[in-house]
Amino acid sequence: MTTLERDPRLGVDEPGLGGVFAGYRRRIASGDLGQMPVVLGIIAIWAIFAVASGGNFLKPVNLVNLALQMAAIGTIAVGVVFVLLLGEIDLTVGIVSGLAASVMAVVNTKAGLPGPLAVAIGLGVGVLIGLIHGFWITRFKIPSFVVTLAGLIGWQGALLFVLGDTGTINMRDDFVVGLAGTFFQGVAAWIIAALFVLYVALTGIVGRRRRLSGGLPAEAAMVVWIRVVVVAALSAATVLVLGGDRGLPLSLVFLLGLVLIMDYVVSRTRFGRMIYAVGGNAEAALRSGIPVDRVRVVVFVLASLFAAWGGMLAASRLLAVNQSSGSGVELLNAIAAAVIGGASLFGGRGTIWAAVIGILVIQSISNGMDLLSFPSPVKLMVTGAVLLAAVTIDALARRGRASTGR
Amino acid sequence: MAVAQRVPLLELSGIHKSFGAVQALADVRFDVSPGEVVALVGDNGAGKSTLVKVIAGIHPIDSGTIRWAGNEVRINAPTDATALGIATVYQDLALCDNLDVVANLFLGREATGRWGPLVVMDEVSMERRAIATLRRLAVKIPSVRTPIEALSGGQRQSVAVARSVLWDNKVVLLDEPTAALGVAQTREVLDLVRRLREEGHAVVLISHNLGDVFEVADRITVLRLGRYVGTFDREKVGNEELVGYMTGAIGPTARSDDQSVAADVTK
Repeated sequence: MTTLERDPRLGVDEPGLGGVFAGYRRRIASGDLGQMPVVLGIIAIWAIFAVASGGNFLKPVNLVNLALQMAAIGTIAVGVVFVLLLGEIDLTVGIVSGLAASVMAVVNTKAGLPGPLAVAIGLGVGVLIGLIHGFWITRFKIPSFVVTLAGLIGWQGALLFVLGDTGTINMRDDFVVGLAGTFFQGVAAWIIAALFVLYVALTGIVGRRRRLSGGLPAEAAMVVWIRVVVVAALSAATVLVLGGDRGLPLSLVFLLGLVLIMDYVVSRTRFGRMIYAVGGNAEAALRSGIPVDRVRVVVFVLASLFAAWGGMLAASRLLAVNQSSGSGVELLNAIAAAVIGGASLFGGRGTIWAAVIGILVIQSISNGMDLLSFPSPVKLMVTGAVLLAAVTIDALARRGRASTGR
Repeated sequence: MAVAQRVPLLELSGIHKSFGAVQALADVRFDVSPGEVVALVGDNGAGKSTLVKVIAGIHPIDSGTIRWAGNEVRINAPTDATALGIATVYQDLALCDNLDVVANLFLGREATGRWGPLVVMDEVSMERRAIATLRRLAVKIPSVRTPIEALSGGQRQSVAVARSVLWDNKVVLLDEPTAALGVAQTREVLDLVRRLREEGHAVVLISHNLGDVFEVADRITVLRLGRYVGTFDREKVGNEELVGYMTGAIGPTARSDDQSVAADVTK
């Protein structure tokens, strides 16, 4: 095994903790803020609501509610991140979530199909809708904004048609209700948290070891361990706090599992690389032999699939679907979450974690204002202002990056 | 360098190409050998770009002969050119600004490995190979993990050229590689062109800038109004003279069957 000597031109961070901090400072100074503003934002939001609500915000019962609220739209936001990475938009994720949940509810309660099958049919509806969107966008070269705007209207009609005269369908199926109504307490919750920490530790250690054995500079071992300790502390705190109420919600585990898997797909597989390439420069991707249209279709299928899944999680939590399912704040909050989490509307920038971080911001604000019984108009205006603030910070940081020549 | 006796790696002769009523190339010939830089010059509309696209397989020829190491071949599609080992670096570079240098070098051809049952990208081997290639070509960039958007124009050009030789391509076509660059960056790219020659690549350089051409080219092929004017050894032709051939002020009046100039001046 030959070892490449360190090249001073390749300005990688010096080894050791000092080098890590120096590198971090250099990146911040040059406008690459990373996730720092949004993490600080979350801390500020939590602190403000904790004080303003007299501590109610941080009570286990409320944090379990927050987790449940996050799961559905967070799942939808994962699909939105995929679409944004391509530099496209999908305006149907809200209504598709409602439509898929309605189909699931109808085949479950009216046709009497078992819960798992009904959910599978709901997911199938998502896949089918995504295929239609992807086909139309790639075959006829119509902007996704227009195709999904038509879809937004059309699928709303389909939702009303599916629900028929009934209007509201209540969910009673054990399986469906269990999606959002299952909680892990005690040992089960600790095992899940331990698996999560183990995953973070293993990927960090294995990745570092592979780079070192390949003679490449790697992050300091200390950095990996600090990250593992932080993740472990956060996981333990989550299990402890949520355990003070109903426990760790299954739907939150679903969301985090989905994010881990999709983050892996996006950052480690060739398909993920193709998504970034198409979002960054579709012409270059095409010339490199990347099947650009096929990538687009698959991404729109994923967006509709995750929307469908998120819609069914919402139906499970609310124990019902009705004519306004998916046509409320779902779409805008899912897009806002992805953007706040750092996914660029211009494509090619962001990570899947944007969905979780963004929905944590949006849902924390919404939840906190509910606790303080803010009226609806104020809630909407505040949410809008937060979104604007998030993209402004990003825009300013980008300008900083340009002015330092990076 | 002993040029005289060898068979050119890529040789085009009697190339005709029309677009509707417009004859873009008429009886054009061109050849390039390993370890040689041939510049392709001409005024606007001379047919340089068309000839490059013919070689790159974007425009299949109407008639004429293309030989690869002496054997007749057909280049009807970009994949044909790629299969032969011809790489083209277009003016727009075709890089993804949001991806880092390694990702761009391997775009569409990522190395993969297995991670348990999963097929994943082998970032370690790609990064090692990227570093080795860039170092061999003496390309200076801050880090192979820098996104392209953070690089200068010259560095981007260098990355695009490095990508073209990463896959062991034998012929590299460079379309106006210095057009948008400053003095220092132009020097970087021209040094890179020289290094490609030293490594035995056959380099075709399309340029408006005769200064660049005289600096790195071994031979200079002149086109004018879609016709072949002549091919000249760099040492044996002056700047003024070359401009004369390009503008038609001197030399053959673009008679397609007139090979005297080439025969006289080249060897």
